Amino acid sequence: MALLDKLDTPFFREVGEIARFTGRFFREVTKPKQEWEEFVNQSYHIGYKTFTLVGITAFIMGLVLTIQSRPTLVEFGADALLPSMVSVSLVREIAPVITALICAGKIGSGIGAELGSMRVTEQIDAMEVSGTNPFKYLVVTRVLASTVMVPILSSLAIAISLYGGYLGANLKGDVSWSLYWYQAYKALIYGDFIPAMVKTIFFGFAIGIVGCYKGYNSQKGTEGVGRSATTAVIVASLLVFILDLIAVQVADVLGLT
Amino acid sequence: MIQDKAIIEVDRLNKSFGQNHVLRDFSLQLSEGENLVILGKSGSGKSVLIKCIIRLIEPDSGTINILDQDISLLDQDEMDLLRADVGFLFQSNALYDSMTIRQNLEFPLRRHWTKEERDQKAESAVKEALEDVGLLHTIDMMPAELSGGMRKRIALARTIILHPKVILYDEPTTGLDPITGREISELMNRIQEKYNTASIIISHDMNCIRMTANRVIMLIEGRNYAEGTFENLIKNQDPKVGDFFEGL
Repeated sequence: MALLDKLDTPFFREVGEIARFTGRFFREVTKPKQEWEEFVNQSYHIGYKTFTLVGITAFIMGLVLTIQSRPTLVEFGADALLPSMVSVSLVREIAPVITALICAGKIGSGIGAELGSMRVTEQIDAMEVSGTNPFKYLVVTRVLASTVMVPILSSLAIAISLYGGYLGANLKGDVSWSLYWYQAYKALIYGDFIPAMVKTIFFGFAIGIVGCYKGYNSQKGTEGVGRSATTAVIVASLLVFILDLIAVQVADVLGLT
Repeated sequence: MIQDKAIIEVDRLNKSFGQNHVLRDFSLQLSEGENLVILGKSGSGKSVLIKCIIRLIEPDSGTINILDQDISLLDQDEMDLLRADVGFLFQSNALYDSMTIRQNLEFPLRRHWTKEERDQKAESAVKEALEDVGLLHTIDMMPAELSGGMRKRIALARTIILHPKVILYDEPTTGLDPITGREISELMNRIQEKYNTASIIISHDMNCIRMTANRVIMLIEGRNYAEGTFENLIKNQDPKVGDFFEGL
């Protein structure tokens, strides 16, 4: 009992509530009659409308990484390894994590604010009164869309950032198109791609579930909506790093690194 | 036309939020075709009462029967089906601001009509509901483009699109100017006549109450404190009742 009392803090209560919310997601997602039309609509909003931001960021990321890595490699006479180093860094870690952080900011805050606003203006209650399950219509569709779209965005970010890397490599050097891509691909193995893709699925799920949880349980008027959006971003970003750490450890244990 | 048959029966309902006892053994009966107004101070539990009736809030104890069904015994699917017969007009209108007026009105149909029914009848149902509230021309507009009074009418159109047997109004004229408030009250009466609905109206707008009420219940300290027609309650000598009608 003493241990339970010690755990009865706002932090652990919040963790418990998120766990319960996640449990409800899995119950609802397995029930028949999914809202596929709304899922497609949300995938468009989450995926297509975030693509430009992710694309620009990924391009700059690849460019800057190459430009900044080049002097060090030149110093050791290893500038020929530049495409390999850039591709491994981008595929394994940088592109998935940066994409997830951008999505945590844009998607997490968007979902948190939208659902929060719907909660305080009684739109969620109106859905329930009309006989529609608001959890299924609002939460399940957004979490699924986020879970599907973040890995896709991350894959596109990898491709665009590698192209940025190619341009960066040619700013002060001379690497042909075919040589750059040959070296970039040669350095990669499935063990680089698979953990990166798998962890982005978890990133997408975490971003969706946290954004929905914060928005769906928003309280205290417009102030609550702002707080929902902000805390959704903070918690989702933190979760991205925690999940990344876990993913690295798991990949290590499984011999995928 | 008021019938003897009760359409909603609330029996000894209790609801507390922490130490705040909002409803204490509250009971009411609503007959078919009747307009019942619940009058009380802000924060007296009027909105909590109708949210308990539609099961947006779970009461602590007591029973609620709607159309001879005890709602506490219904599972979620059964409750959702029953909700087709109970319309709810929210104080804030609760229009979906990312949808057009047409989509707002079509939304309740998606649960209660099959796809074939929606394909065949949704367009005419939406138009009929909008004609009832005199706003057919707004069908492709967004809620943000409408005035407060228009939004209230659209919310009412969405409430009646399934032709419910009962409508629960949560402060339908609050925040509206007296002229628009009167128009909404008239509209509520017209809808009641056309569809023969029964209504529970939460309000402290005396004009609205005077125009719509067949019977008034005064909710004071969570209890059914006084009950009668509007005219009878005006004459009531009890100071707690009299405070509400001061100046009329």
